[in-house]
Amino acid sequence: MKQQFRRLAETTRARITVFVDGIPADALVGDTLLTVLLTHGRRVRTSEFGDGPRAGFCLIGACQDCWVSLTDGRRLRGCTTIAQDGMSIVTGITAP
Amino acid sequence: MTAPRVVVVGAGPAGIRAALTLLRAGLRPVIIDEASRAGGQIYRRPPPAAGFVRPPGTLYGFEAGKAMRLHAAFDAALPRLDYRPRTLVWDIVDGAVHTAGEDGGTDLVAYDALILAPGAMDRVIPLPGWTLPGVFTLGGAQVALKYQGCAVGERTLFVGTGPLLYLAAHQYLRAEAGVVGVLDTAPAAALARVIPGLLADPLTLAKGLHLVLSLRLRGIRVENGVHPLRVVGDGAVGGLQYRGTDGQEREIACDAVAIGYGLKPETQLMDLAGCRFRYDSVVRHWLPEADPDGRATGVPGLYLAGDGAGIAGADAAELSGERAAWSLLRDHGLADSPSRRRQHIARRLARLGRFRQALEQTFPFPAHLAESLPDDTILCRCEMVPVGTLRAAVRALGGDDLNHLKASSRVGMGRCQGRVCGPAAAEIAAASGKRPIEAVSRLRGQPPVKPLPTRYFVGPTE
Repeated sequence: MKQQFRRLAETTRARITVFVDGIPADALVGDTLLTVLLTHGRRVRTSEFGDGPRAGFCLIGACQDCWVSLTDGRRLRGCTTIAQDGMSIVTGITAP
Repeated sequence: MTAPRVVVVGAGPAGIRAALTLLRAGLRPVIIDEASRAGGQIYRRPPPAAGFVRPPGTLYGFEAGKAMRLHAAFDAALPRLDYRPRTLVWDIVDGAVHTAGEDGGTDLVAYDALILAPGAMDRVIPLPGWTLPGVFTLGGAQVALKYQGCAVGERTLFVGTGPLLYLAAHQYLRAEAGVVGVLDTAPAAALARVIPGLLADPLTLAKGLHLVLSLRLRGIRVENGVHPLRVVGDGAVGGLQYRGTDGQEREIACDAVAIGYGLKPETQLMDLAGCRFRYDSVVRHWLPEADPDGRATGVPGLYLAGDGAGIAGADAAELSGERAAWSLLRDHGLADSPSRRRQHIARRLARLGRFRQALEQTFPFPAHLAESLPDDTILCRCEMVPVGTLRAAVRALGGDDLNHLKASSRVGMGRCQGRVCGPAAAEIAAASGKRPIEAVSRLRGQPPVKPLPTRYFVGPTE
Protein backbone atom coordinates (compact mmCIF):
# COMPACT_ATOMS: atom_id res chain seq x y z
CA MET A 1 0.00 0.00 0.00
CA LYS A 2 1.20 3.47 -0.82
CA GLN A 3 2.33 5.53 2.12
CA GLN A 4 1.24 9.12 2.85
CA PHE A 5 4.28 10.46 4.73
CA ARG A 6 7.87 10.41 3.42
CA ARG A 7 10.77 10.23 5.85
CA LEU A 8 13.28 12.90 4.87
CA ALA A 9 15.59 12.98 7.89
CA GLU A 10 16.14 11.65 11.41
CA THR A 11 16.25 8.02 10.28
CA THR A 12 19.14 7.01 12.56
CA ARG A 13 16.84 6.69 15.58
CA ALA A 14 16.42 3.32 17.27
CA ARG A 15 13.82 1.00 15.78
CA ILE A 16 10.66 -0.20 17.46
CA THR A 17 7.75 -2.31 16.29
CA VAL A 18 4.14 -1.16 16.42
CA PHE A 19 1.22 -3.32 15.33
CA VAL A 20 -1.24 -1.79 12.87
CA ASP A 21 -4.41 -3.86 12.62
CA GLY A 22 -2.36 -6.81 13.84
CA ILE A 23 0.44 -6.44 11.30
CA PRO A 24 3.90 -5.52 12.61
CA ALA A 25 5.09 -2.13 11.33
CA ASP A 26 8.61 -0.75 11.63
CA ALA A 27 8.75 2.55 13.47
CA LEU A 28 11.38 4.78 15.10
CA VAL A 29 11.69 5.97 18.68
CA GLY A 30 10.04 9.40 18.84
CA ASP A 31 7.48 8.72 16.09
CA THR A 32 3.93 9.75 16.87
CA LEU A 33 1.18 7.21 16.32
CA LEU A 34 0.11 9.29 13.33
CA THR A 35 3.62 9.14 11.84
CA VAL A 36 3.72 5.36 12.29
CA LEU A 37 0.38 4.97 10.53
CA LEU A 38 1.09 7.37 7.69
CA THR A 39 4.57 6.01 6.93
CA HIS A 40 2.85 2.67 6.29
CA GLY A 41 -0.36 3.72 4.58
CA ARG A 42 -2.84 6.50 3.95
CA ARG A 43 -5.25 5.87 6.81
CA VAL A 44 -5.22 6.80 10.48
CA ARG A 45 -8.76 5.80 11.30
CA THR A 46 -12.13 5.15 9.74
CA SER A 47 -14.75 7.88 10.02
CA GLU A 48 -17.74 6.92 12.15
CA PHE A 49 -19.88 8.86 9.71
CA GLY A 50 -19.42 6.50 6.78
CA ASP A 51 -17.16 8.67 4.64
CA GLY A 52 -14.23 6.27 4.68
CA PRO A 53 -10.67 6.72 5.87
CA ARG A 54 -9.28 9.80 7.62
CA ALA A 55 -5.63 10.68 8.09
CA GLY A 56 -5.57 13.61 10.51
CA PHE A 57 -5.53 17.25 9.53
CA CYS A 58 -3.91 19.85 11.81
CA LEU A 59 -1.20 17.66 13.43
CA ILE A 60 -1.06 20.00 16.46
CA GLY A 61 -3.75 18.52 18.67
CA ALA A 62 -6.45 21.03 17.72
CA CYS A 63 -8.73 19.38 15.12
CA GLN A 64 -9.22 16.02 16.92
CA ASP A 65 -9.31 14.18 13.59
CA CYS A 66 -6.70 11.55 14.51
CA TRP A 67 -7.99 9.81 17.65
CA VAL A 68 -7.20 6.09 17.38
CA SER A 69 -7.92 3.01 19.47
CA LEU A 70 -5.42 0.53 20.80
CA THR A 71 -6.31 -3.13 21.19
CA ASP A 72 -6.02 -2.63 24.97
CA GLY A 73 -8.99 -0.28 24.79
CA ARG A 74 -7.17 3.02 25.18
CA ARG A 75 -8.18 5.96 22.96
CA LEU A 76 -5.27 8.23 22.05
CA ARG A 77 -4.77 11.27 19.84
CA GLY A 78 -2.45 10.15 17.05
CA CYS A 79 -0.55 13.38 16.44
CA THR A 80 0.36 14.03 20.09
CA THR A 81 1.03 10.51 21.34
CA ILE A 82 4.54 9.09 21.00
CA ALA A 83 4.53 5.44 19.89
CA GLN A 84 5.88 2.82 22.29
CA ASP A 85 7.38 -0.49 21.26
CA GLY A 86 4.68 -3.17 21.02
CA MET A 87 1.68 -0.82 20.86
CA SER A 88 -1.18 -2.23 18.84
CA ILE A 89 -3.37 0.23 16.90
CA VAL A 90 -6.74 -0.41 15.31
CA THR A 91 -7.60 1.79 12.31
CA GLY A 92 -11.14 0.51 11.84
CA ILE A 93 -14.23 1.59 13.76
CA THR A 94 -14.19 0.39 17.35
CA ALA A 95 -16.76 0.74 20.09
CA PRO A 96 -16.39 4.17 21.71
CA MET B 1 3.08 39.30 52.26
CA THR B 2 2.88 36.00 50.46
CA ALA B 3 3.83 35.90 46.83
CA PRO B 4 0.90 35.66 44.41
CA ARG B 5 0.31 32.26 42.87
CA VAL B 6 0.71 32.72 39.13
CA VAL B 7 -0.27 30.28 36.41
CA VAL B 8 0.93 30.71 32.82
CA VAL B 9 -0.88 28.65 30.19
CA GLY B 10 1.16 27.98 27.08
CA ALA B 11 4.93 27.57 26.65
CA GLY B 12 5.39 29.20 23.27
CA PRO B 13 7.29 32.48 22.80
CA ALA B 14 4.69 34.46 24.79
CA GLY B 15 4.31 32.07 27.72
CA ILE B 16 8.07 31.51 28.01
CA ARG B 17 8.89 35.23 28.08
CA ALA B 18 6.10 35.83 30.59
CA ALA B 19 7.36 33.07 32.87
CA LEU B 20 10.99 34.22 32.64
CA THR B 21 10.00 37.81 33.46
CA LEU B 22 8.06 36.64 36.53
CA LEU B 23 10.97 34.47 37.56
CA ARG B 24 13.40 37.39 37.47
CA ALA B 25 11.08 39.25 39.85
CA GLY B 26 11.31 36.39 42.32
CA LEU B 27 8.09 34.53 41.56
CA ARG B 28 7.89 30.82 40.77
CA PRO B 29 5.07 30.52 38.24
CA VAL B 30 3.35 27.31 37.26
CA ILE B 31 3.69 27.00 33.46
CA ILE B 32 1.35 24.51 31.83
CA ASP B 33 1.73 23.37 28.24
CA GLU B 34 0.27 20.63 26.07
CA ALA B 35 3.54 19.94 24.26
CA SER B 36 6.28 17.66 25.52
CA ARG B 37 8.90 20.43 25.18
CA ALA B 38 8.65 24.21 25.45
CA GLY B 39 8.83 26.34 22.30
CA GLY B 40 5.30 26.58 20.98
CA GLN B 41 4.44 25.72 17.40
CA ILE B 42 6.91 28.02 15.64
CA TYR B 43 9.87 26.99 17.78
CA ARG B 44 8.60 23.45 18.30
CA ARG B 45 11.31 20.94 19.13
CA PRO B 46 11.39 17.27 18.16
CA PRO B 47 10.32 14.81 20.88
CA PRO B 48 12.76 14.57 23.81
CA ALA B 49 15.25 11.74 24.33
CA ALA B 50 14.47 10.05 21.03
CA GLY B 51 17.69 10.60 19.09
CA PHE B 52 16.62 13.43 16.78
CA VAL B 53 19.77 15.09 15.43
CA ARG B 54 18.93 17.96 13.05
CA PRO B 55 20.55 21.22 14.21
CA PRO B 56 18.49 24.40 14.83
CA GLY B 57 19.63 25.89 11.52
CA THR B 58 17.91 23.04 9.70
CA LEU B 59 14.82 23.14 11.88
CA TYR B 60 14.21 26.88 12.07
CA GLY B 61 16.07 28.48 9.13
CA PHE B 62 16.33 32.25 9.52
CA GLU B 63 14.75 32.03 12.96
CA ALA B 64 17.30 29.57 14.40
CA GLY B 65 19.00 32.21 16.56
CA LYS B 66 15.76 33.31 18.18
CA ALA B 67 14.64 29.71 18.68
CA MET B 68 17.93 28.75 20.33
CA ARG B 69 17.90 31.78 22.63
CA LEU B 70 14.36 31.09 23.74
CA HIS B 71 14.92 27.37 24.27
CA ALA B 72 18.18 27.97 26.14
CA ALA B 73 16.66 30.61 28.42
CA PHE B 74 13.75 28.33 29.25
CA ASP B 75 15.89 25.25 29.80
CA ALA B 76 18.23 27.22 32.10
CA ALA B 77 15.26 28.39 34.16
CA LEU B 78 13.67 24.94 34.44
CA PRO B 79 14.88 24.13 37.97
CA ARG B 80 13.19 27.30 39.23
CA LEU B 81 9.87 26.85 37.37
CA ASP B 82 6.92 24.61 38.13
CA TYR B 83 6.76 23.38 34.52
CA ARG B 84 4.00 20.95 33.58
CA PRO B 85 4.44 19.71 30.02
CA ARG B 86 2.02 17.34 28.24
CA THR B 87 -0.77 18.87 30.29
CA LEU B 88 -4.07 20.28 29.06
CA VAL B 89 -5.95 23.07 30.82
CA TRP B 90 -9.50 21.99 30.12
CA ASP B 91 -11.52 24.38 32.28
CA ILE B 92 -11.13 27.56 34.31
CA VAL B 93 -13.49 27.99 37.26
CA ASP B 94 -13.43 30.27 40.31
CA GLY B 95 -9.75 31.18 40.24
CA ALA B 96 -8.41 27.75 39.42
CA VAL B 97 -7.47 25.85 36.28
CA HIS B 98 -8.45 22.22 35.80
CA THR B 99 -5.65 20.22 34.23
CA ALA B 100 -5.30 16.77 32.74
CA GLY B 101 -1.89 15.26 32.09
CA GLU B 102 -1.21 12.97 29.16
CA ASP B 103 -0.32 10.26 31.69
CA GLY B 104 -3.85 10.42 33.10
CA GLY B 105 -3.25 12.60 36.17
CA THR B 106 -5.66 15.43 36.93
CA ASP B 107 -5.17 18.51 39.06
CA LEU B 108 -6.82 21.73 40.11
CA VAL B 109 -4.36 24.62 40.29
CA ALA B 110 -5.54 27.72 42.13
CA TYR B 111 -4.12 31.08 41.09
CA ASP B 112 -4.13 34.72 42.11
CA ALA B 113 -3.13 35.78 38.60
CA LEU B 114 -3.38 33.97 35.29
CA ILE B 115 -1.55 34.62 32.03
CA LEU B 116 -3.15 32.97 29.02
CA ALA B 117 -0.87 32.43 26.03
CA PRO B 118 -2.58 29.56 24.19
CA GLY B 119 -1.36 30.43 20.70
CA ALA B 120 -3.01 29.91 17.37
CA MET B 121 -3.88 27.38 14.70
CA ASP B 122 -4.42 27.47 10.96
CA ARG B 123 -7.57 29.14 9.70
CA VAL B 124 -9.08 26.96 7.03
CA ILE B 125 -11.93 27.14 4.55
CA PRO B 126 -13.48 23.80 3.62
CA LEU B 127 -13.70 22.68 0.03
CA PRO B 128 -15.14 19.55 -1.56
CA GLY B 129 -12.83 16.60 -0.89
CA TRP B 130 -11.01 18.16 2.06
CA THR B 131 -11.65 15.16 4.33
CA LEU B 132 -9.67 12.85 2.03
CA PRO B 133 -6.45 11.45 3.53
CA GLY B 134 -3.58 13.64 2.38
CA VAL B 135 -5.16 17.05 3.08
CA PHE B 136 -3.41 18.76 5.98
CA THR B 137 -3.12 22.30 7.27
CA LEU B 138 -0.06 24.36 6.33
CA GLY B 139 0.96 24.35 9.98
CA GLY B 140 0.49 20.59 10.03
CA ALA B 141 2.77 20.19 7.04
CA GLN B 142 5.41 22.21 8.90
CA VAL B 143 5.01 20.21 12.08
CA ALA B 144 5.40 16.89 10.23
CA LEU B 145 8.75 18.16 9.00
CA LYS B 146 9.99 19.95 12.10
CA TYR B 147 8.76 17.50 14.73
CA GLN B 148 9.04 14.21 12.85
CA GLY B 149 11.42 14.71 9.91
CA CYS B 150 8.65 13.73 7.48
CA ALA B 151 6.98 15.32 4.47
CA VAL B 152 3.19 14.97 4.37
CA GLY B 153 3.42 13.60 0.82
CA GLU B 154 5.78 12.79 -2.00
CA ARG B 155 4.35 15.60 -4.14
CA THR B 156 2.77 18.28 -1.97
CA LEU B 157 0.68 21.16 -3.27
CA PHE B 158 0.57 24.28 -1.08
CA VAL B 159 -2.75 26.16 -1.19
CA GLY B 160 -4.26 29.13 0.61
CA THR B 161 -2.80 32.48 1.49
CA GLY B 162 -0.56 34.19 4.01
CA PRO B 163 3.13 34.13 4.89
CA LEU B 164 2.95 30.52 6.08
CA LEU B 165 1.98 29.39 2.57
CA TYR B 166 5.35 30.46 1.20
CA LEU B 167 7.33 29.61 4.32
CA ALA B 168 6.03 26.03 4.46
CA ALA B 169 6.68 25.47 0.74
CA HIS B 170 10.18 26.91 1.12
CA GLN B 171 10.92 24.65 4.10
CA TYR B 172 9.79 21.63 2.09
CA LEU B 173 12.06 22.59 -0.79
CA ARG B 174 15.02 23.03 1.54
CA ALA B 175 14.37 19.59 3.01
CA GLU B 176 14.28 18.19 -0.53
CA ALA B 177 10.64 17.23 -0.32
CA GLY B 178 8.56 17.30 -3.50
CA VAL B 179 6.73 20.61 -4.01
CA VAL B 180 4.38 20.64 -7.00
CA GLY B 181 3.20 24.21 -6.64
CA VAL B 182 2.00 27.14 -4.57
CA LEU B 183 -1.53 28.41 -5.18
CA ASP B 184 -2.28 31.73 -3.49
CA THR B 185 -5.82 33.11 -3.36
CA ALA B 186 -4.46 36.63 -2.91
CA PRO B 187 -4.20 38.67 -6.11
CA ALA B 188 -0.64 39.46 -7.20
CA ALA B 189 -1.49 43.15 -7.50
CA ALA B 190 -2.01 43.46 -3.77
CA LEU B 191 1.69 43.35 -3.00
CA ALA B 192 2.81 46.61 -4.59
CA ARG B 193 0.10 48.58 -2.77
CA VAL B 194 1.15 47.42 0.66
CA ILE B 195 4.94 47.72 0.42
CA PRO B 196 4.94 50.94 2.52
CA GLY B 197 3.17 49.15 5.37
CA LEU B 198 5.40 46.11 5.09
CA LEU B 199 8.44 48.35 5.45
CA ALA B 200 7.48 48.69 9.13
CA ASP B 201 9.44 45.46 9.51
CA PRO B 202 11.96 45.55 6.67
CA LEU B 203 13.89 42.48 7.80
CA THR B 204 10.80 40.27 7.78
CA LEU B 205 9.75 41.78 4.45
CA ALA B 206 13.18 40.92 3.01
CA LYS B 207 12.91 37.36 4.31
CA GLY B 208 9.45 37.05 2.78
CA LEU B 209 10.57 38.30 -0.60
CA HIS B 210 13.50 35.89 -0.43
CA LEU B 211 11.08 32.99 0.13
CA VAL B 212 8.93 33.87 -2.86
CA LEU B 213 11.95 34.50 -5.07
CA SER B 214 13.68 31.26 -4.11
CA LEU B 215 10.53 29.28 -4.93
CA ARG B 216 10.35 30.90 -8.34
CA LEU B 217 14.08 30.42 -8.98
CA ARG B 218 13.69 26.72 -8.28
CA GLY B 219 11.04 26.63 -10.98
CA ILE B 220 8.15 26.04 -8.61
CA ARG B 221 4.80 26.99 -10.07
CA VAL B 222 3.44 29.94 -8.07
CA GLU B 223 0.00 31.27 -9.03
CA ASN B 224 -1.90 34.17 -7.50
CA GLY B 225 -5.59 34.99 -7.51
CA VAL B 226 -6.70 31.37 -7.66
CA HIS B 227 -10.04 29.94 -6.54
CA PRO B 228 -9.54 26.40 -5.15
CA LEU B 229 -12.52 24.29 -6.23
CA ARG B 230 -12.12 20.72 -4.97
CA VAL B 231 -9.69 18.06 -3.88
CA VAL B 232 -10.04 14.95 -6.00
CA GLY B 233 -8.84 11.39 -5.54
CA ASP B 234 -9.95 7.82 -5.08
CA GLY B 235 -9.90 7.24 -1.32
CA ALA B 236 -7.01 9.68 -0.85
CA VAL B 237 -5.66 12.88 -2.42
CA GLY B 238 -4.88 12.58 -6.13
CA GLY B 239 -5.08 16.22 -7.19
CA LEU B 240 -6.63 19.62 -6.73
CA GLN B 241 -8.87 21.48 -9.16
CA TYR B 242 -8.94 25.25 -9.15
CA ARG B 243 -9.93 28.24 -11.26
CA GLY B 244 -7.15 30.55 -12.36
CA THR B 245 -7.35 34.31 -12.87
CA ASP B 246 -8.15 33.64 -16.54
CA GLY B 247 -11.37 31.89 -15.48
CA GLN B 248 -10.12 28.50 -16.72
CA GLU B 249 -10.39 25.42 -14.53
CA ARG B 250 -7.22 23.42 -14.13
CA GLU B 251 -6.09 20.38 -12.17
CA ILE B 252 -2.75 19.77 -10.52
CA ALA B 253 -1.85 16.18 -9.65
CA CYS B 254 -0.43 15.71 -6.15
CA ASP B 255 -0.62 13.24 -3.28
CA ALA B 256 -0.83 15.81 -0.49
CA VAL B 257 -2.47 19.21 -0.12
CA ALA B 258 -1.30 21.63 2.58
CA ILE B 259 -3.91 24.34 3.02
CA GLY B 260 -4.48 27.39 5.21
CA TYR B 261 -5.64 31.00 5.12
CA GLY B 262 -3.62 32.66 7.85
CA LEU B 263 -3.92 31.82 11.52
CA LYS B 264 -6.71 32.08 14.07
CA PRO B 265 -6.31 32.62 17.81
CA GLU B 266 -7.18 29.75 20.14
CA THR B 267 -9.64 31.62 22.36
CA GLN B 268 -11.56 28.86 24.14
CA LEU B 269 -9.77 29.45 27.46
CA MET B 270 -10.39 33.19 27.25
CA ASP B 271 -14.08 32.35 26.93
CA LEU B 272 -14.01 30.16 30.02
CA ALA B 273 -12.11 32.84 31.94
CA GLY B 274 -14.88 35.33 31.21
CA CYS B 275 -13.25 37.60 28.62
CA ARG B 276 -15.25 40.02 26.54
CA PHE B 277 -14.71 39.78 22.80
CA ARG B 278 -14.77 42.28 19.96
CA TYR B 279 -14.86 41.70 16.24
CA ASP B 280 -11.86 42.93 14.28
CA SER B 281 -13.03 43.53 10.74
CA VAL B 282 -9.52 43.72 9.27
CA VAL B 283 -8.39 40.29 10.42
CA ARG B 284 -11.96 38.93 10.51
CA HIS B 285 -11.49 37.42 13.97
CA TRP B 286 -13.23 37.82 17.29
CA LEU B 287 -10.52 38.87 19.73
CA PRO B 288 -10.55 38.92 23.53
CA GLU B 289 -10.53 42.48 24.84
CA ALA B 290 -7.52 43.71 26.75
CA ASP B 291 -5.93 47.04 27.64
CA PRO B 292 -2.70 48.09 25.89
CA ASP B 293 -0.68 46.33 28.61
CA GLY B 294 -2.33 42.94 28.23
CA ARG B 295 -4.86 43.13 31.10
CA ALA B 296 -8.06 41.35 30.09
CA THR B 297 -10.98 43.79 30.14
CA GLY B 298 -13.36 43.20 33.03
CA VAL B 299 -11.52 40.15 34.43
CA PRO B 300 -9.22 41.17 37.31
CA GLY B 301 -6.08 39.04 37.56
CA LEU B 302 -6.21 37.83 33.96
CA TYR B 303 -3.54 38.77 31.42
CA LEU B 304 -3.37 37.89 27.72
CA ALA B 305 -0.32 37.45 25.50
CA GLY B 306 0.82 36.08 22.18
CA ASP B 307 -1.10 35.00 19.11
CA GLY B 308 -4.00 33.73 21.23
CA ALA B 309 -4.83 37.36 22.00
CA GLY B 310 -4.53 38.42 18.35
CA ILE B 311 -2.28 37.16 15.57
CA ALA B 312 0.95 39.15 15.51
CA GLY B 313 3.73 36.58 15.10
CA ALA B 314 6.48 35.15 17.26
CA ASP B 315 8.51 38.34 17.81
CA ALA B 316 5.42 40.17 19.01
CA ALA B 317 4.48 37.17 21.16
CA GLU B 318 7.77 37.36 23.07
CA LEU B 319 7.21 41.07 23.66
CA SER B 320 3.57 40.78 24.66
CA GLY B 321 4.42 37.90 27.00
CA GLU B 322 6.99 40.05 28.75
CA ARG B 323 4.57 42.98 28.84
CA ALA B 324 1.78 40.90 30.40
CA ALA B 325 4.19 39.74 33.10
CA TRP B 326 5.27 43.32 33.86
CA SER B 327 1.60 44.37 34.16
CA LEU B 328 0.98 41.52 36.58
CA LEU B 329 4.02 42.45 38.67
CA ARG B 330 2.99 46.09 38.74
CA ASP B 331 -0.58 45.23 39.76
CA HIS B 332 0.77 43.21 42.70
CA GLY B 333 3.21 45.92 43.71
CA LEU B 334 6.17 43.62 43.11
CA ALA B 335 8.16 45.31 40.38
CA ASP B 336 7.87 47.80 37.58
CA SER B 337 9.40 47.62 34.14
CA PRO B 338 12.17 50.11 33.52
CA SER B 339 10.48 52.90 31.56
CA ARG B 340 12.97 52.54 28.69
CA ARG B 341 12.09 48.88 28.40
CA ARG B 342 8.39 49.65 28.52
CA GLN B 343 8.75 52.24 25.77
CA HIS B 344 10.83 49.85 23.68
CA ILE B 345 8.18 47.12 23.92
CA ALA B 346 5.35 49.51 23.09
CA ARG B 347 7.22 50.98 20.10
CA ARG B 348 8.27 47.62 18.75
CA LEU B 349 4.77 46.14 19.13
CA ALA B 350 3.29 49.17 17.35
CA ARG B 351 5.64 48.63 14.40
CA LEU B 352 4.87 44.93 14.28
CA GLY B 353 1.18 45.82 14.42
CA ARG B 354 1.53 48.04 11.35
CA PHE B 355 3.39 45.26 9.58
CA ARG B 356 0.61 42.82 10.47
CA GLN B 357 -2.05 45.17 9.09
CA ALA B 358 -0.15 45.35 5.82
CA LEU B 359 0.15 41.56 5.75
CA GLU B 360 -3.63 41.28 6.14
CA GLN B 361 -4.01 43.49 3.07
CA THR B 362 -1.41 41.50 1.15
CA PHE B 363 -3.04 38.18 1.96
CA PRO B 364 -6.72 39.00 2.57
CA PHE B 365 -8.94 36.28 4.00
CA PRO B 366 -10.97 35.07 0.99
CA ALA B 367 -14.38 34.97 2.66
CA HIS B 368 -16.00 34.62 -0.76
CA LEU B 369 -14.63 31.06 -1.01
CA ALA B 370 -16.77 30.00 1.96
CA GLU B 371 -19.84 31.83 0.72
CA SER B 372 -19.68 30.19 -2.71
CA LEU B 373 -19.30 26.58 -1.49
CA PRO B 374 -21.82 24.11 -2.92
CA ASP B 375 -24.48 22.90 -0.45
CA ASP B 376 -23.12 19.34 -0.41
CA THR B 377 -19.60 20.33 0.70
CA ILE B 378 -18.73 18.97 4.14
CA LEU B 379 -18.45 21.95 6.49
CA CYS B 380 -18.01 20.20 9.86
CA ARG B 381 -15.49 17.41 9.32
CA CYS B 382 -16.01 16.08 12.86
CA GLU B 383 -19.61 15.09 12.19
CA MET B 384 -19.92 15.32 8.40
CA VAL B 385 -22.39 18.20 8.39
CA PRO B 386 -22.73 19.73 4.92
CA VAL B 387 -22.83 23.46 4.15
CA GLY B 388 -26.47 23.11 3.07
CA THR B 389 -27.54 22.04 6.55
CA LEU B 390 -26.22 25.28 8.01
CA ARG B 391 -27.88 27.31 5.25
CA ALA B 392 -31.18 25.51 5.93
CA ALA B 393 -30.85 26.31 9.64
CA VAL B 394 -30.30 29.98 8.78
CA ARG B 395 -33.44 29.95 6.65
CA ALA B 396 -35.45 28.16 9.35
CA LEU B 397 -34.30 30.29 12.27
CA GLY B 398 -34.01 33.57 10.43
CA GLY B 399 -31.05 35.69 11.39
CA ASP B 400 -29.49 34.09 14.40
CA ASP B 401 -26.35 33.64 16.40
CA LEU B 402 -23.92 30.82 15.51
CA ASN B 403 -24.41 29.11 18.87
CA HIS B 404 -28.11 28.75 18.19
CA LEU B 405 -27.39 27.59 14.64
CA LYS B 406 -24.94 25.08 16.10
CA ALA B 407 -27.63 23.55 18.32
CA SER B 408 -29.93 23.22 15.35
CA SER B 409 -27.46 22.15 12.63
CA ARG B 410 -24.70 20.47 14.73
CA VAL B 411 -22.09 22.62 12.94
CA GLY B 412 -19.42 23.21 15.57
CA MET B 413 -20.84 20.52 17.87
CA GLY B 414 -18.12 17.95 17.12
CA ARG B 415 -14.93 17.01 18.87
CA CYS B 416 -13.01 20.11 17.76
CA GLN B 417 -15.69 22.54 19.05
CA GLY B 418 -15.74 24.37 15.76
CA ARG B 419 -12.05 25.28 15.87
CA VAL B 420 -11.77 24.09 12.27
CA CYS B 421 -15.13 24.99 10.71
CA GLY B 422 -15.98 28.04 12.86
CA PRO B 423 -14.60 30.84 10.68
CA ALA B 424 -16.13 29.45 7.49
CA ALA B 425 -19.41 28.69 9.29
CA ALA B 426 -19.62 32.34 10.37
CA GLU B 427 -19.04 33.56 6.81
CA ILE B 428 -21.63 31.15 5.40
CA ALA B 429 -24.22 32.01 8.06
CA ALA B 430 -23.70 35.73 7.51
CA ALA B 431 -23.83 35.48 3.72
CA SER B 432 -26.89 33.25 3.56
CA GLY B 433 -28.74 35.34 6.15
CA LYS B 434 -27.59 38.52 4.34
CA ARG B 435 -26.30 39.97 7.59
CA PRO B 436 -23.01 41.51 8.68
CA ILE B 437 -20.58 38.91 9.98
CA GLU B 438 -20.50 40.50 13.45
CA ALA B 439 -24.24 39.85 13.78
CA VAL B 440 -23.83 36.05 13.69
CA SER B 441 -21.36 36.19 16.60
CA ARG B 442 -18.95 33.31 17.21
CA LEU B 443 -18.90 29.79 18.60
CA ARG B 444 -18.27 29.97 22.35
CA GLY B 445 -15.68 27.70 23.97
CA GLN B 446 -17.02 24.97 26.24
CA PRO B 447 -15.34 22.79 28.88
CA PRO B 448 -13.59 20.49 28.40
CA VAL B 449 -11.92 22.53 25.66
CA LYS B 450 -10.60 19.30 24.13
CA PRO B 451 -11.85 15.71 24.41
CA LEU B 452 -10.82 13.91 27.59
CA PRO B 453 -11.08 10.14 27.87
CA THR B 454 -13.28 9.17 30.83
CA ARG B 455 -10.35 7.26 32.35
CA TYR B 456 -9.30 10.66 33.74
CA PHE B 457 -12.34 10.75 35.96
CA VAL B 458 -12.72 7.19 37.17
CA GLY B 459 -10.43 5.28 39.48
CA PRO B 460 -8.40 2.26 38.44
CA THR B 461 -10.57 -0.73 37.69
CA GLU B 462 -8.37 -3.32 39.40
